[in-house]
Amino acid sequence: MTHTAPRIAGTVPEGTPAARKRWGQLAVWGLFATLMILVGIKLYQITLGPISSGRAPDFTLTTFDGENYTLSDYVGQVIVINFWASWCGPCELEAADLEQAWRNYRKHDVLFLGIDYVDTENEAQAYLQKWDVTYPNGADLRTAISQAYRIRGVPETYIVAQDGTVAFTIIGPTDYTKLTAALDSLLNE
Amino acid sequence: MKHGLNSWSIFRTLECAALILLTTFSSFGETLAQDNQPTDDEVNAIAKQLYCPVCENVPLDVCGTRACAQWRDNIREKLADGWNADQIKQYFSDQYGVRVLAQPPTQGVNSLFWALPPFAIVVSWFFMLRLIDNLTRKRPSGSHSVINLGDTDDYKTRLERDLEQWR
Repeated sequence: MTHTAPRIAGTVPEGTPAARKRWGQLAVWGLFATLMILVGIKLYQITLGPISSGRAPDFTLTTFDGENYTLSDYVGQVIVINFWASWCGPCELEAADLEQAWRNYRKHDVLFLGIDYVDTENEAQAYLQKWDVTYPNGADLRTAISQAYRIRGVPETYIVAQDGTVAFTIIGPTDYTKLTAALDSLLNE
Repeated sequence: MKHGLNSWSIFRTLECAALILLTTFSSFGETLAQDNQPTDDEVNAIAKQLYCPVCENVPLDVCGTRACAQWRDNIREKLADGWNADQIKQYFSDQYGVRVLAQPPTQGVNSLFWALPPFAIVVSWFFMLRLIDNLTRKRPSGSHSVINLGDTDDYKTRLERDLEQWR
C-alpha cells in the first residue's frame, strides 16, 4: 500500500486558479509594500536634517562665469560651501564676512564656493556685485546640490576638511570670527 | 476785420485739431508700448502652474515671498521676450527641477505619478467587487465545503476518527 503524505494545511497546488489568485494577491501586496517603503525612505530622509559629518556629497558647480568646479577634484584642500540667495535677507548679513574670509584664506589654499539656491540670475548677479563677491559662485541647477546636502533653507555653510569629510555645518548666517575659527582649526591639523 | 477774425478762428481750430491728433497718436503709441508688456493675469496664468521650493505647497501666483516675486518677474520678462507657457515651464523645470511643476511630466520616472493613481483605483475596485461577490454569493442548499483530506483511505479514516472525538 502506498502512502502519500497529506497536504499541509494552507498550501495550494501549483497552476490551479487558487494558486494564481494567491500570486496576484502577493503581487499587489508587494507593490503596496514597495510604495510604503519608498514613502518611508523619503520621510526618513526629511527627518535626517542637514549633513553634519561623513563624506561631503560630490557635485559639479557651473559658475556664472561658465567655469566648472567638481568637489572631488579638490580633495586635500579645505573647501567652504555656502548656500545663499539674493532674496534671502540673512544672507546679506554674512556676505561681506564670507568675502573677507575668502580674500584672507585663499592664499592658504582654501576654496570658497557659493551656491545660489532657487534664484533668478539677474538678481543673483546684482547681489554679487552689491557685496563685491569674488569667489566662485553658480546656480544650484535643479536644486541637486541643495538636495544632496539636505539644506533646510539659506544661508547654510558647510566646511569640508582636507580628507573630503564635512567638518563644520553652520546653519543660518555665519560671521568672520566663526569662519576663521573653523578654518584655522582645519589648517592647523 | 470780420475776415481777419474768421482766419484767426480757422487757425485756432486747426491748431486745436493738430493738438488733439498729436495727443491721440502719442497716447496710442504709449498704449502700443504698454501692450507689449504682459499683464498680471498672463503672468499668473503661468505662475499658478509652478511652485517655488522655498514656500512649499503654495502656488507661485499667490506666494507672497520675495523669491516668488522674483520668479513672477522672471516669467514677465520671458513673456515679454516672446516665450510661450510651455517654454517658460520647461525653463523653470530645467533650472530648478521638476518639483517646481504643479503637474509632473508624463515622461520617464515621473510618469509613475500619473499611472499609479488610476492603477490603485482599478486594483481597489477589483478587490472591492471580489469582496462583494464573495459576501453576496449564495451557496447551494445542503452543500458544504469540500476539503481535500488527502489521498489515502488511511488518512481519511484517521481524520474522521479524530473529528468524531471532538464532536
